[in-house]
Amino acid sequence: MDNQKWEPKIVAFVCNWCTYTGADLAGTSRMKYPANTKMIRVMCSGSVDPVFILKAFERGADGILVSGCHPNDCHYNAGNFHARRRWDFFHELLDFIGIEKGRLQFSWISASEGKKFADVVSKVTKDIKAMGPFTNYQKMNSEFTALFPEEANADSEIINQIKETVL
Amino acid sequence: MKIGVFICHCGENISSTVDCPRVAKICESYPGVEYSVDYKYMCSDPGQNLIREAIQLYKLDAIVIGSCSPHMHERTFRNAAFSAGINPFMVEIANLREHCSWVHDDIESSTLKAIELVRMAIEKVKRDKPLSKINVPVTKRVLVIGGGIAGIQAALDVANAGYEVVLVEKEPSIGGHMSQLSETFPTLDCSQCILTPRMVEVHQHPKIKLLTYSEVVKVEGFIGNFKVTIKKKARHINEDLCSGCGMCISKCPIKKKAYNSFEEDLAFRSAVYIPFSQAIPNIPVIDETVCTYFQTGKCGMCLKVCDRGAINFDQKDTVMVADIGAIIVATGYKLYDIERKSADLKYKGYGEYGYGKYRDVIDGLQFERIASASGPTSGEMKRPSDGKEPKKIVFIQCVGSRDDSKGISYCSKICCMYTAKQAMLYRHKVHDGEAYVFYMDIRAGGKMYEEFVRRAIEEDKVKYIRGRVSRIYEENGKYIVKGEDTIAGMPVEIDADMVVLATAMIPQDNAPALARTIGIPYDKYGFFNESHPKLKPVESTTAGVFLAGACQSPKDIPESVAMASAAACKTIILLSSDTLEREPVVAKVNEDLCAGCFYCQKVCPFGAVEVKDVKDINGIVYKEVAFINQGVCQGCGTCTATCLSKSIELSGFNNEEIFAEIAAL
Repeated sequence: MDNQKWEPKIVAFVCNWCTYTGADLAGTSRMKYPANTKMIRVMCSGSVDPVFILKAFERGADGILVSGCHPNDCHYNAGNFHARRRWDFFHELLDFIGIEKGRLQFSWISASEGKKFADVVSKVTKDIKAMGPFTNYQKMNSEFTALFPEEANADSEIINQIKETVL
Repeated sequence: MKIGVFICHCGENISSTVDCPRVAKICESYPGVEYSVDYKYMCSDPGQNLIREAIQLYKLDAIVIGSCSPHMHERTFRNAAFSAGINPFMVEIANLREHCSWVHDDIESSTLKAIELVRMAIEKVKRDKPLSKINVPVTKRVLVIGGGIAGIQAALDVANAGYEVVLVEKEPSIGGHMSQLSETFPTLDCSQCILTPRMVEVHQHPKIKLLTYSEVVKVEGFIGNFKVTIKKKARHINEDLCSGCGMCISKCPIKKKAYNSFEEDLAFRSAVYIPFSQAIPNIPVIDETVCTYFQTGKCGMCLKVCDRGAINFDQKDTVMVADIGAIIVATGYKLYDIERKSADLKYKGYGEYGYGKYRDVIDGLQFERIASASGPTSGEMKRPSDGKEPKKIVFIQCVGSRDDSKGISYCSKICCMYTAKQAMLYRHKVHDGEAYVFYMDIRAGGKMYEEFVRRAIEEDKVKYIRGRVSRIYEENGKYIVKGEDTIAGMPVEIDADMVVLATAMIPQDNAPALARTIGIPYDKYGFFNESHPKLKPVESTTAGVFLAGACQSPKDIPESVAMASAAACKTIILLSSDTLEREPVVAKVNEDLCAGCFYCQKVCPFGAVEVKDVKDINGIVYKEVAFINQGVCQGCGTCTATCLSKSIELSGFNNEEIFAEIAAL
């Protein structure tokens, strides 16, 4: 693949109260960052299931950012502590699954840290660009299709729709 | 399902970097989309009409708006959808402004990103389910924790609005720090003279139940429906019988065993004591740790002299449970104890200032007691060590505050003002005395505050020196204060008779523990966090819990009072309706799938997960499943990620919806 042209696809799972609002602040302050990252809003970083991350990799994401409120600053008191504990453990397993650790990054960004949000997204984009495209997903995909043909079908329906509409 | 897509230009805010007509055009061909349009201002009246008309004309089931952040206009568009006859929760917003047009320059890439964002929203809305707001009943009783000026103000405001109040104070009397102060800035009003009438009002108010010498030990439930457990510590005095005559106090043989904490340890108190003469309630407490009867089983002098038989050595702590609708937390502050370096490693002490070593190096509250007419010196300016009148006094500001190396980065806000006041009071009492103030900056923002500081400097001839003090040591009965005058650029040395340190305001010791009991967040210092620093300054992030006074951050009296009234007002708004409506973003359990492992119960920050028995047709329990109390659940979704059998779903953000969003990337 031509690395000059290739743009990484990055997914960010962000909590509604801190990081999403921080991203809003980056917008209102007109800070610039690369357009590669698409955000999925969840209520709390504690609700981000590791399966979401695997799913996103499976769907061709080259990098993933998970971001929530700073420890002790969680809108739900303790959600981000559960998230942190879960991620520490999950991160250790990534290599084993065949995903480089650097492709999954975590951060704490509060609602007042628009600048930090722009910086983190820029940094993640740069890191993932340097790592190159994540190609293992095709292999994961074919394994998944073999194991769960029905679910793979449901997904491919959406994917085909996307192809139709955009191309 | 028929979906409508509405792309807003937001004037030029979105359309300058996102090709809105192109986004709308592409979405038109997306499966499920019935109608797609772009418009200059979607949130305007004509814009909302466009949405309503399209919903009715094309018989849409759900809509996607590509516009500003959902935090901005989600409610607007939900209302528009509702008025056109579709469920308000069948609306999804793609954030094309804050997350796209405003942060990217390139039209091509931001348009492509916008298309993807709208596509994700379309896939999500396809899986949205109609939801309805949840109604929960409201108990019309308020708990106020803390009986300082903030708690008193909040309790009175709520009670005067006609609602019942339970006021809990951990000390034997209400009044808080304000009752210890001599005079208040900038008017030099006598603190007790303005406070004590309010204390009496609290005591006599028919709607206020006052629980002093009590602590909140457990908070269960949720907004409108809290169950609060309060422990009333044993006073060993029967409150109904005691007349407050004080005979037991005057006859108590223990006179010099315990320091009087109300006098900031500048005086002693007896084993049976009333904290101060205007205490509310005016009922003594027996301190078990020093009382001879409790230590040796002998004495009982108070028992003999009390002609009303109010002394009860066998009294035990009692526990009561109250149904509460809303909670106001007003636990206040304490002064940073600079001596305490070994006990609490979070803060480093100021050994170089000799506090705790030299008796005439005191803190601000100790000075207040010396200056107070009801204090240990009856208001006469006498130093603690030998009772002599200090002829030269040094005040040092920012002791602890604004000093990263000591662990406190914030400004304590009130010290500039109270130091000016104290220096002024000193000069009023000791006409031939000299007062020096070492300061970093003077922060006197507030009505008549700057003028007050100028008055101290110009009229009362207090000498202000800009600079820090490096060391204080004793020499020939004088305290040598070595510092620097950074304006003159030279070292300064003052041989003072007394030194007053304006120590930082920090939260009460038990603030983090109380925060965990109630379930509200606190910052790294232990101050409670407000829900939004600008727009929700008195709400905590836990629904139904409000904050008042210095427990949230350092504050002076008028600010604490204002905040308390604001919290009271928020509480009254809450209690004014019989039921509460709340967003339906809550978790729900699929009982067929639930395996009953109750991991969700362990991770739930709000204790919303209960155990529910599932019965067969014969009424025999065959399994236990998790049940989520919709009133308690705040909708964080931590349980959904933890659930092993994936049997919990968060309404509005369920796994199916998020998977669809991921797939649509």
